[in-house]
Amino acid sequence: MNDAATESLTLEKVCIRLAGQALLQVNTRIAPGEVLTVMGPSGSGKSTLLAFVAGFLDSAFDAQGQVRLGEQNLLALPAEQRGIGLLFQDPLLFPHLSVAGNLRFGLPRHAPDKHRQIAQALEQVGLAGFENRDPATLSGGQQARVALMRLLLSQPRAVLLDEPFSKLDTALRQEMRALVFGQLREAGLPTLLVTHDEADAAAAGGPIIALG
Amino acid sequence: MLRYVPVLMIALLVIPVTAGLGMVLLPAFGYLPVLGGEQLSLAPWQALFSQPGLWRSVAVSFSSGLASTALALLVVVLFLAASQGTLLDRSLRRLVSPLLAIPHAAVAFGFAFLIAPSGLMARLISPWPSGWQSPPDALIVNDPWGLALTFGLVLKEAPFLLLMSLAALPQLQADKRLQLARSLGYAPTIAWLKVILPALYPLIRLPVYAVIAYATSVVDMALILGPRLPSTLSVSILGWFNDPDITRRFMASAAAVLQLGVTLAALISWWLLEQLVRRFSRHWLTNGSRRRGAATLTVAGRGGLALTSLTALAALLGLALFSVAGFWRFPEFLPQSLVLDHWQRSAAMLAAPLVTTGVIALVATGLATLLVVAALENEQRQHLHPRRALWLLYLPLLVPQIAFLFGLVVAAEQIGVRPQLLLVVAGHALFVLPYVYLSLGESYRRLDPRWLQVAQSLGISRNRAFWKVRLPLLLAPLLTAVAVGLAVSIGQYLPTQLLGAGRVTTVTTEAVALASGGNRRLIGVWALVQAGLPLIGFIIALALPRWLGVTQRESNR
Amino acid sequence: MKRKTLLSAVIATAMLAAALPGALPAVAAPDPDNWQKVLEEADGQTVYWNAWGGDARTNRYIAWVAEQMQADFGVEVEHVKLDDTSSAVARVLGEKQAGNDDEGSIDLIWINGENFAAMREQDLLFGPFADALPHFALTDPDNNPEVVTDFTLPTDGYESPWGKAQITFYYDSAQVDAPPQSIDALLAWAKQNPGQFSYPRIPDFTGSTFLKQALIELSDQDAALYQPVEDSDFAEITAPLWAYLDELHPHLWRSGRSFPDSGPNLRTLMSDGELSLAFSFYPTDAAVAVMEYELPPSVRSYVLEDGTLGNVHFVAIPYNSPHKAGAMALANFLLSPEAQAQKQSLDMWGDRSVLAIGQLDDSDQAMFEQGEQHPSALPVDALSNTLAEPHPSWMTALQDTWLERYGVN
Repeated sequence: MNDAATESLTLEKVCIRLAGQALLQVNTRIAPGEVLTVMGPSGSGKSTLLAFVAGFLDSAFDAQGQVRLGEQNLLALPAEQRGIGLLFQDPLLFPHLSVAGNLRFGLPRHAPDKHRQIAQALEQVGLAGFENRDPATLSGGQQARVALMRLLLSQPRAVLLDEPFSKLDTALRQEMRALVFGQLREAGLPTLLVTHDEADAAAAGGPIIALG
Repeated sequence: MLRYVPVLMIALLVIPVTAGLGMVLLPAFGYLPVLGGEQLSLAPWQALFSQPGLWRSVAVSFSSGLASTALALLVVVLFLAASQGTLLDRSLRRLVSPLLAIPHAAVAFGFAFLIAPSGLMARLISPWPSGWQSPPDALIVNDPWGLALTFGLVLKEAPFLLLMSLAALPQLQADKRLQLARSLGYAPTIAWLKVILPALYPLIRLPVYAVIAYATSVVDMALILGPRLPSTLSVSILGWFNDPDITRRFMASAAAVLQLGVTLAALISWWLLEQLVRRFSRHWLTNGSRRRGAATLTVAGRGGLALTSLTALAALLGLALFSVAGFWRFPEFLPQSLVLDHWQRSAAMLAAPLVTTGVIALVATGLATLLVVAALENEQRQHLHPRRALWLLYLPLLVPQIAFLFGLVVAAEQIGVRPQLLLVVAGHALFVLPYVYLSLGESYRRLDPRWLQVAQSLGISRNRAFWKVRLPLLLAPLLTAVAVGLAVSIGQYLPTQLLGAGRVTTVTTEAVALASGGNRRLIGVWALVQAGLPLIGFIIALALPRWLGVTQRESNR
Repeated sequence: MKRKTLLSAVIATAMLAAALPGALPAVAAPDPDNWQKVLEEADGQTVYWNAWGGDARTNRYIAWVAEQMQADFGVEVEHVKLDDTSSAVARVLGEKQAGNDDEGSIDLIWINGENFAAMREQDLLFGPFADALPHFALTDPDNNPEVVTDFTLPTDGYESPWGKAQITFYYDSAQVDAPPQSIDALLAWAKQNPGQFSYPRIPDFTGSTFLKQALIELSDQDAALYQPVEDSDFAEITAPLWAYLDELHPHLWRSGRSFPDSGPNLRTLMSDGELSLAFSFYPTDAAVAVMEYELPPSVRSYVLEDGTLGNVHFVAIPYNSPHKAGAMALANFLLSPEAQAQKQSLDMWGDRSVLAIGQLDDSDQAMFEQGEQHPSALPVDALSNTLAEPHPSWMTALQDTWLERYGVN
């Protein structure tokens, strides 16, 4: 779909503080196609780390360190220019747009033949012909798949996953893990996964950092 | 008992409006036995249509109503799109809610003095660099196309729409949506417009319609800022109803019906506009454009609201200056001397109207809040979605006051209810209730039902849980709704005057009566008092939950 | 449970209150000729006096009257402040329409001219009562026909005189050397000083008065003006007026594309420096405005050479007033030398007396003597030259034609 990215995501001496107290410290590098899993109980600052990398950190926090994508310093860029895709536990499909509208929303403005790209993406996740459906009529698993394809169509350079499978039932969870990690690996994207589910980490197959 | 509340509430709102409309419709078609009109006829309409400038009046009412709403909505939408929680954005937001509390007439007076050829702005640049020793002879206020009126309306409508939007936003998971869109490469402003606005608009549509209905039929602001040759339809109607030639009432009634039509036409036009925008924005929403125009929109968004708020503040400042001004001649920017005479002379007259204003506002708002809470609680318990009935609730906001209040007085007389304080309270409740419902409804429904489930699982009855859990959790929105209700009540002029036969004197009726004397210094005093009252309500609404919250938490330790 | 009871209690109270009729049953109208009886009946009544409330000084005077009435007669006076007197007329009509013939909400109304004519025509007034007021004789009605005539209509005792008004021009002597002394001179002056003069938009009362003033002068006081308008050739008589206005308007404030909305608004524009010549229906208006910092001390007042339009304003009692005795006691007090002298005092209000002051006792006359004349006020002798009001039908006809000709810019 997009050319395999070859940049790695580097978190160098990242330290986030809240009210003077150190919340977490990370120093790592995620290679293209690799999934780094950050694990920890709730309150350990997992989501704070994601917010920091994505560019949404609340001003109450105080952060130090470097985040680089290849050689580029991400911290100097606003969130929308970092090229970092996000996947939450809720699929967050826009209810005012159709399935195709949501995917089209992800596509770059001047992408060639948008129509075909969308059809292909849907086919890839077993949703061929779903273009004109209202997202609200889709099952949870179907919504999650559309959200994933929206992310991929936007051609991110790295991906952050925030407990993306926690709301799915067990059977679906297996299937989605395989799909998401397979797609991300194929695209060669460095990926940062935060979760408290050991099985997620196992499925990701990459290095693991434990927080808290 | 509880389950009859919604019906009772709707009856309380719908019956007066329809009765009032009925008593206007009959004379509009010539039936008014006391004036010798015993047969239906079209004569009132013929008289109306032969009035010089009637269509201009209609056009100005229609266009200023639509234009001001569109402009106010634009300012609000762009601000929300541009707003990123910076200090500036937050202080702008905080500035806005007090602006909501200031009565329309007060804003209009201040604004007129700000922009008039002899006003503050002209004085600022005179005699240097403008070279004006006396004010330029330019028709700025009361311009024939109602531009001054349009801008004046924007000053009041923008804060209202902003507050309504801020109340609706939390249920949209706006932050998450925005983050997602930005992670897809969208600039924040564009992201907001593409993923939040389409979901937000349906939630604020009713307030927008209420604004259109208000703006097309406003009387007090149009009297001060609107055109005069001819004036807006609403102002002409007031004049005809009050004409010493009593037979003009037939024509006035026909005009009131016409006003209803104008407001309706404006609402329909807006609806058509909505459809057009929806059609043409469909492509734009998904064309993948991520950044184009973001910078301009950001500047426009912040600039628009800042300009609106600062203008309103400057208008108030002008009033404040006049309330202590000695002799003050063009082109002096400040009065030659500051005196307290105007306040001292008004002080003695202030006490009684202040008490009456407070009593009416508190009782009307209390009654309205009680009904609204009862209806919402019923809705929660019965798991209802009152979508269709909801429109009926807003009837008093959608039907122009001038179209049914005169009829309402006659209808009340007919069943032997004489104008009195209680009638005024009931009349205020008519307008307070929809606003309280508008401000409280969303928070009430959004409260996580698990709070009450937990409480009940701990063995607390539903009724006790209401007092012990729901009300404390909803204290902040409840107080805000009460503050909005008080502000609405304090600002009412026509209902107070008509339903109280002028015997019920509030700060607002007093201010309007004095306004007819044109003494700006006294108007300044009364307008400030009028603006200050609801402000106190808002400050209490903001401070009380914080104060209670602190003490609660401390006692828990 | 507790909440339900509270709720139902509140709703029940609200419904009960809504269903409660006006007040007490009606009483027979008092006989004005038995004055002692009137005063006895008035004691303890509350009189709702509907009067224009746009002037703080008038309001202050009425507040003073209320104190006196409470102390001397046990009558409580409530000033219902109107922004437009005709709204009170409309209210009485609404009450009549609803069959409320004895529990009206208005007991006394400050009125004259058009509004009086309209109320008389619709039988909305109580009377005759004025001739029976003990103080009425002090106005010397036999020699002062203006106290029993309102816009050429005989009052027939349906309203009682209260004060006098007359068109008075004022200008800023620091800016204007020679103000115009006639309607014709005004046109010439306006041409030389464009944008410096205006009159209130018709149908405003003060604005309509200006039209009548101009018409009287331009038609050489045509006798037809004092008969109903239907009896004469309106177009012919008013032709000079319209020709005059056509010529005048381009030289007015805002080039005649907009007009001030009221008499007091003229004063505000004068105060802002937008106008340098204005007029009022109240001879002391300019002096009062100077005292209240609205106008510069250099303002001077005058009347036109050939006189200006003047009239008397009255108080009347609606036919359905439940407190007619109290209202009559109040109307009578308003005619007392004490009340009239207070009213005329510049420190209180500055409205001229309707009493024949020369015929009062010396002690009463002394009350009317004021200290030094305020330099911005009109010299006392200047007011002798008063032109009478035309028949009220002329005002309506002039207003309608004006609106047709100039109502849309």
